[in-house]
Amino acid sequence: MRPFKYTEGKDETSAVRAVVVNRESKFLAGGTNLIDLMKEYVERPNELVDVSQLPLAQIKNTSNGISIGALAKNGATANHPLVRQNYPLLSMAILAGASGQLRNMATNGGNLMQRTRCQYFYDIAMPCNKREPGTGCGALEGINRIHAIFGWSDKCVATYPGDMANALYALDAVVRVKGANGQERTIPIQDFHRLPGNEPQKDNNLEHGELIIGIDLPKNNFANKSYYLKVRDRASYAFALVSVAAALETDGSNIRQARVVLGSVAHKPWRSGEAEKALVGKPATDATFNAAAEAALKEAKPLAHNGYKVELGKRAIVLALQRAMNGGAE
Amino acid sequence: MAKFIGKPVDRVDGRLKVTGQAKYAAEYTHKNMAYAFPVLSKIASGEVAAIDAAEAEKAPGVLTVLTHKNALRLQPIDVDQSIKTGSLLGELLLPLQDTKIFYANQYIACIVAETYEQARYAALLVKVKYKETKPAIDLEKEPKVDSTSPRAKQVIVGTPVEAFNSAPVKIEQVYKVATENHHPMEPHSLIAAWEGEKLTVYNATQGVHSSRHLLAQTFNVPKENVRVIASFIGGAFGTKAMFWATEPLAGMAARVTKRPVKIVLTRPMMQHCTGNRGATRQSVYLGATRDGKLVSRRHITETCVARLDDRRTEYLELAGGNTSSTYACPNIEITHKVALLNVNSPTPMRAPGEAPGLFALESAMDELAFELKIDPVQLRLINYGEANPINKLPYSSKHLKECYEQGAAKFGWSLRKSEPRQTRDGEWLVGYGMATALYPGYRSPSAARVRVNSDGTVSVQTAAHDLGTGTYTIVAQTAAEFLGVPVNKIKVALADTDLPQSTLAGGSRTAATVIPNIQAACEALRKKLFELATKNNSSVFSGKNIADVELRDGGLFLKSDTNKGETFETILKAAKIDSVEECVTVNPEGQKSNEPCFVSEIPAEQNADTKKWDFHSFGAQFVEVGVNEQIGIVRVRRVLSYHDCGRIMNKKTARSQAFGGVIFGIGMALTEESHYDPRSARFVTRNLADYHVPVNADVPEIEVYFTNQPDYKNNPLGARGVGEIVATGVAPAIANAIFNATGKRIREAPITPDKFL
Amino acid sequence: MDKNREWKEVDLNENDAPEEISADEEKLLDELGLRGAARRKFLGQSIGGGLGVFALQLLAKEQALAALDVAPDAVFAQSAGLENAVKVSMKVNGAAQSLEVDSRMSLLDTLRERLDLTGTKKGCDQGQCGACTVIVNGNRVLSCLTLAAQCNGKEVTTIEGLAKGDELHPMQAAFIKHDGFQCGYCTPGQICSAVALLNEAKNGEASHVTRNLRSNARNVKLTDDEIRERMSGNICRCGAYPGIVAAIREVQSGRETAQTWHFATDDEIAAVMTDNDQAEIAAMKREGKTDETV
Repeated sequence: MRPFKYTEGKDETSAVRAVVVNRESKFLAGGTNLIDLMKEYVERPNELVDVSQLPLAQIKNTSNGISIGALAKNGATANHPLVRQNYPLLSMAILAGASGQLRNMATNGGNLMQRTRCQYFYDIAMPCNKREPGTGCGALEGINRIHAIFGWSDKCVATYPGDMANALYALDAVVRVKGANGQERTIPIQDFHRLPGNEPQKDNNLEHGELIIGIDLPKNNFANKSYYLKVRDRASYAFALVSVAAALETDGSNIRQARVVLGSVAHKPWRSGEAEKALVGKPATDATFNAAAEAALKEAKPLAHNGYKVELGKRAIVLALQRAMNGGAE
Repeated sequence: MAKFIGKPVDRVDGRLKVTGQAKYAAEYTHKNMAYAFPVLSKIASGEVAAIDAAEAEKAPGVLTVLTHKNALRLQPIDVDQSIKTGSLLGELLLPLQDTKIFYANQYIACIVAETYEQARYAALLVKVKYKETKPAIDLEKEPKVDSTSPRAKQVIVGTPVEAFNSAPVKIEQVYKVATENHHPMEPHSLIAAWEGEKLTVYNATQGVHSSRHLLAQTFNVPKENVRVIASFIGGAFGTKAMFWATEPLAGMAARVTKRPVKIVLTRPMMQHCTGNRGATRQSVYLGATRDGKLVSRRHITETCVARLDDRRTEYLELAGGNTSSTYACPNIEITHKVALLNVNSPTPMRAPGEAPGLFALESAMDELAFELKIDPVQLRLINYGEANPINKLPYSSKHLKECYEQGAAKFGWSLRKSEPRQTRDGEWLVGYGMATALYPGYRSPSAARVRVNSDGTVSVQTAAHDLGTGTYTIVAQTAAEFLGVPVNKIKVALADTDLPQSTLAGGSRTAATVIPNIQAACEALRKKLFELATKNNSSVFSGKNIADVELRDGGLFLKSDTNKGETFETILKAAKIDSVEECVTVNPEGQKSNEPCFVSEIPAEQNADTKKWDFHSFGAQFVEVGVNEQIGIVRVRRVLSYHDCGRIMNKKTARSQAFGGVIFGIGMALTEESHYDPRSARFVTRNLADYHVPVNADVPEIEVYFTNQPDYKNNPLGARGVGEIVATGVAPAIANAIFNATGKRIREAPITPDKFL
Repeated sequence: MDKNREWKEVDLNENDAPEEISADEEKLLDELGLRGAARRKFLGQSIGGGLGVFALQLLAKEQALAALDVAPDAVFAQSAGLENAVKVSMKVNGAAQSLEVDSRMSLLDTLRERLDLTGTKKGCDQGQCGACTVIVNGNRVLSCLTLAAQCNGKEVTTIEGLAKGDELHPMQAAFIKHDGFQCGYCTPGQICSAVALLNEAKNGEASHVTRNLRSNARNVKLTDDEIRERMSGNICRCGAYPGIVAAIREVQSGRETAQTWHFATDDEIAAVMTDNDQAEIAAMKREGKTDETV
């Protein structure tokens, strides 16, 4: 780990300023991803500004839903009565990730900033355009079993590995950030992460020094019929091969509104407008779900070792929708 | 009737472990400790062309940067002599002796600094230029050659090819098991400290004497100058048995800086630098009659060895090796071929050979049973063997029939549907599978000292190891049994080269090696105590014979009159001594040596009895799985594991070992796989997030049974080891259960969700 | 060949030694050169912790290294000062600790290398195994991914802080009873995790396998599946999971779990033992090659 200066963030404004003035500075919150990456020398900041003690951990009702503090811990968020009652999909997604210990450390803002699990990104002896632009993509023609089937470029085939964000995409979240000028701005969740294109080093659309301060969730009618399905190599404490955040609002037997978001298939959570279109207005039957799944994966472009994700993605969508209709039960 | 042996005694080191007081290798303190951190090669083949350590040397806290340019010259290992002493050599590659690179992440330099943080950072500042050659990494594509290992010699019994070709029923399939890594929870760790020409090493090793011997050789000092201590070892599974470059590297760092040096490997180093179970591609040919009798069995394994200049001690995964002992069969071929790959050397990993070998063989047996429409348990009974089909020696003690029959009954095997896809539970297809387990019953020479103290406590000392296997506890139980003292009065010291030499912890041999040794030492001590007691004329024993007395309640008592006797304290006081001890060496035949505390230089495997008997433990694994076919997820729902491992020394710790073995097997079957990048020959699975060992949620209820039948031909107490057999047969039983559930035969382990699609 | 190690006869200074230590320990202490106050301090560490005679011999090995002299020509860095030093004051197992650390130092390394609390283990050092689990301000967290600098003003409980003197925490006792470990290296993390888990269940926290997330009932009674999922952040390579689950189940439910052991009965064995087997065993018994006393 490169030597760095530890700076305790006293308040939002001074913390933001401290990072803004130093290009090599980073915010530190839960540290569950950043500290690991620093030990591996993938991240090399010369200063950490610790924001973990800032008063941004509240979860509360708003006029149009709820507001979740950026520094609320994942575990506390998943277990908050307002979240469990009204947004069980978010609880499910968070609880599907990591371990109890990590969820007690990781913050919601930090979770959005989580970096890829691409093994070529993690090993500094390997080429990686995300870590060191211009060195090439090791995974493109290497071992790419866990990599993207959507939206990748020849510069990067990494995926966003998290769970929480997949639910946030399904729940139309809005991210509130504080910028260098001290002003707040909001970013709709679908605009938060980005595809790799020619700049895979950029995971998201935040400017240097912008601090996530909260996440807003609007009201919805998905609470009764939503499900987060995670397919992984072992029963717990593993990243997804494919995950699905599914949410339905029905009107009698017909689907009034639908959300289908695939995780671990692209550089960002992959909300499938095609699948949602195939669901809305149709009866909530297996035939409809199958059609939606086909639509969702139609444009998938698998690599050498991840072709299974296309079929797995379809089946996972169907199963997630079935379980959502079933109120979460198998 | 045993008072202590066999009882479910709590671990005597349990309190230390649950309070955090048990000290593992890296946990000893010295106020002047320095920290070493290796620099690793980026390339897998070629050499270091230039190395620039200037920036690293200037970094804060750095004491020295060792490279091939300034490293201590180490004395090459004398292979023949080391093998004679029972040392396990493995990769013959001493660190920093030249510029050659044979595998990715080989040590090419080492930082020694004041703190861990400083050492680890400075390692990033060493600049290296390489001369790279294309590494060989593809097991399938690289040419296959014979291994130098004598154990890999081809075995032919009868005419296997002809017999197969003419067999009425044939199974011919290829099975693959992925590269696996041990990943014990404690990384390889050492503290090395020199005091003049004397070296003390706290080392997470499975063989203190082996480590001492090789360290003494490499540093060219008498072995009496080296002390190796491994009181607690945080799991090993084979990775800590061989001699790795880390050990001399630590010694070198300490020697150069004249400070105690601590080195703890990172998890990616554990993946890259401490061995692995080499991948295997196994072709199995089974020829049988219509009524299920095997007429031919051919098992051809392709695996890898490290591509080193010096291949004399190379290790390969002997998948066909011991699996030959499973069934009676007149025609057998066992062949191993190896590809020379630029990999860190494969090394024994829990049930090396047997675990992947049985995955192939026992999957093939299930295919044969299905083909013949014979129940899988029945097929195994049809081919039940009373003698090893290769060397024709009868088994010393074999109760496998009971494992099959009682195991099947207790598991509810009769409820199994012979056709697949017959049982559904909601989203899940349910299936049953079984397989045979086996592992050799090894035994080695060993010495132990037992001493009775005047306060009634007993000290037991032997340089065997407790890897979590329960050695401390069963040694205490044995001494308690034969000296008639409660377990909590027994102090056991293990794994220190200052103690009488015993066995390296490998091959499940510790129990069968150490327990008869403790028993013999206690016997000798009993005689000595009796002699002491009878010296005193007023003793209640005068005129009595040793057969007339028994040891109990901390003293000697007459069998005829249970009230009459003397406590140890009385006997010692009368003799005016503090303590009385015996140190006894026991050889594999069960005969005491005339030279106490002397272990003769005979190879560990050379057991006179092996000319008369074939020693094996056997078992049967029964598994129920659920498969969510839609998304390719397998859950093991229930396991019943029934084993014949001789006398069980401690019901509690033996059962725990069986739990652990089954879980190891679940890992092989479902989750564990190391991938190499095909161009760089670097592992892409570098840590515990990418390499999936089973977690608690992967593990169902496991029922464990033991026949508990002593194998008196192995040793007078009849104990055989438990640790490895329990890990065999699990993976094929799971694969067979998956077939029973889904009709899908998957011949590649691990069976991950992608393999269903 | 090993020489017999001589056991020195020692002249005991009876005033120094508490009575409960044996002659064996006396010798060890003498070999270490520990007399008077040093001896009392050493004994305080070991026996006072309720570890018993078994532990003392092991603890002595630590003292052997600590007692080693520094070589006169040992190499030391020119400027051994800490870079980016951060002052941290925290409570560890109830005791106030103030120290200066390198900003890079993890809580894990601080405990192990600076405070000599080596009960907390380094398994992966990157958040993937749970061996380093400690309890900070009541929550189980991973000390390997926590910077010491972030612990200013916090309360840390490690495995060393769970027992009350000689009295084990019920979870520690249950781990022994149910053999919830083998090598013991993941054990401190497992136990800290399990202790914190009890509180999480009391607070009604949910897990990935909780059926009804929308209920916020407190005092959740954990099923085995719930325990397994909630303990999945603590990897045990020895595979002691069944014992871990049994220990937590017992402590959480407050109901003692019976332990059963499955051994073959004589009848079951006789049913499958061949005549040949029986004849051979009888022969060996006659030749005295068996030990029938046990």
